[in-house]
Amino acid sequence: MGTEDIEIESRNLNLWYGDTQALKDISIPIQKNMVTALIGPSGCGKSTFIRCINRMNDLIKGCRITGKVLFEGSDVYENDVDVVVLRKKIGMVFQKPNPFPMSIYDNIAYGPRIHGTQTKRELDKVVEDSLKAAALWDEVGDLLDKPALDLSGGQQQRLCIARTLAVKPDVILFDEPCSALDPISTARIEDLIAELKHDYTIIIVTHNMQQAARVSDRTAFFLLGEMIEFGDTKQIFERPVEKSTENYITGRFG
Amino acid sequence: MIRQTRERIIEALLFASAVTAVVIVLLIMVFLFKEGAPFLLKFGIHAFCLGMEWNPIAMDGEPSYGIFPMIVGSVYIAAGSLVLAVPLGISCAIFLVEIAPPWAAAIIRRGIELLVGIPSVVLGFFGLVLLVPLIRDSFGGFGFSILAGSIILAIMALPHIISISADAITAVPETYKQASLALGATRWHTIRNVILPAARSGIVAAVILGMGNSIGETMAVLMVTGNSPILPEPLYDVLDPVRTMTANIVIEMNYAAPGDHRQALFATGIVLFVMVAILNAISHRALKSRMGEGR
Repeated sequence: MGTEDIEIESRNLNLWYGDTQALKDISIPIQKNMVTALIGPSGCGKSTFIRCINRMNDLIKGCRITGKVLFEGSDVYENDVDVVVLRKKIGMVFQKPNPFPMSIYDNIAYGPRIHGTQTKRELDKVVEDSLKAAALWDEVGDLLDKPALDLSGGQQQRLCIARTLAVKPDVILFDEPCSALDPISTARIEDLIAELKHDYTIIIVTHNMQQAARVSDRTAFFLLGEMIEFGDTKQIFERPVEKSTENYITGRFG
Repeated sequence: MIRQTRERIIEALLFASAVTAVVIVLLIMVFLFKEGAPFLLKFGIHAFCLGMEWNPIAMDGEPSYGIFPMIVGSVYIAAGSLVLAVPLGISCAIFLVEIAPPWAAAIIRRGIELLVGIPSVVLGFFGLVLLVPLIRDSFGGFGFSILAGSIILAIMALPHIISISADAITAVPETYKQASLALGATRWHTIRNVILPAARSGIVAAVILGMGNSIGETMAVLMVTGNSPILPEPLYDVLDPVRTMTANIVIEMNYAAPGDHRQALFATGIVLFVMVAILNAISHRALKSRMGEGR
């Protein structure tokens, strides 16, 4: 492992849904301005893990957590943590594109409005900048008043990315962002992620191993709630240490 | 062969049951219009609906059949009940769906079901012995009033408004909520800016349906509104008694002699029927447009 800045670090993180343990003793350091991919078969806990980082698991009844998730040096599960501030700094893009049933403009402006940007001029600028950063401005720049739900699936997902960028986070969590998209839209999102990592720390959960290999710098392999292996993406895909990692990436199960 | 015959018979029976419902509605309509329409045409729709005086048994001179005060009475009480029931009902629906822990939601739902089960005459009785004296003592006037009618109707409309709004709120995709929270919105901000707008058409439908029910309600209202077929004076005085169209029919049907008087009551029924049908159509529209949004 390099000595780069560590932005997020989970330490001995355990999580239970009721009596079922979904995460077992997960410790991963996430480097700043890098793309970290989480791979593994369905139900292995990778989505659950990223939902711990911005505390989206708080919404689930019966969910219990031990251990720490350090963000900028302090535990996000401390009592005095303001989740509003936390989620502003750690944005999230979901599996299925989920724009609000509002205009494109209002979708992007939704976050900034929450966090105190009110004037029309400021909002206009945030909307334009975010859409440009999400490589969507050329397609929808003239259609800002149109309903977001009229866009194609790929455009909707880039809109959701733009919406996340609009609140100026430090970290973006991608939860299988391409699983509902066609190959061309997927390629555009991957290009976008490569672009965004210059300014953001990115964690991406994916089912698609080629995708992990293409976009990420680091990869963690999850299996049945445990993190089996973590390292440079190249190493994980070319010389995995663990047998189960090798079996998974060579397609023997999954 | 026997199996096929049996199949056909069952289908025919089911078809017959479905047709029965429609036929009954049609027959009621035909009857209503047959009894009321000739009078309506003779007396004039305009004169009937906008006439200010209701005096069917005139001792001296021409009887008059103006139901405008009763239309106003019905609309007034229905609107008043909505003013009370809508904010309360929507707040309760939000609490039920978004905030209440399961055990509290279960208790509230049970309570709402009970409320539906109370016969309207019992509510009317409750209004008569409790509400009317309370209003008389607190605000003056007779006690029998628009206010009393509105409160009783609000209690009756509440469970319907709550359950339809709660359905509409439940139908808002979870993903909207997650997206909003993930952007750093608070729960209340999410409810107000994402969930309620997305559920809007369902809530509107609930309100209009509630209005339709309220206008059609009879017994409870009859018992607490004082039943005087004149406009409130001044018009905004909610402590004045009024008579609704439904009450008009119930009160006078007993002694209305066959002829104009009786037919005028049927004509009142036609006006009521048309108003409720329009409200139902609007609420149906609103519900349908919600389906269209769910892409």
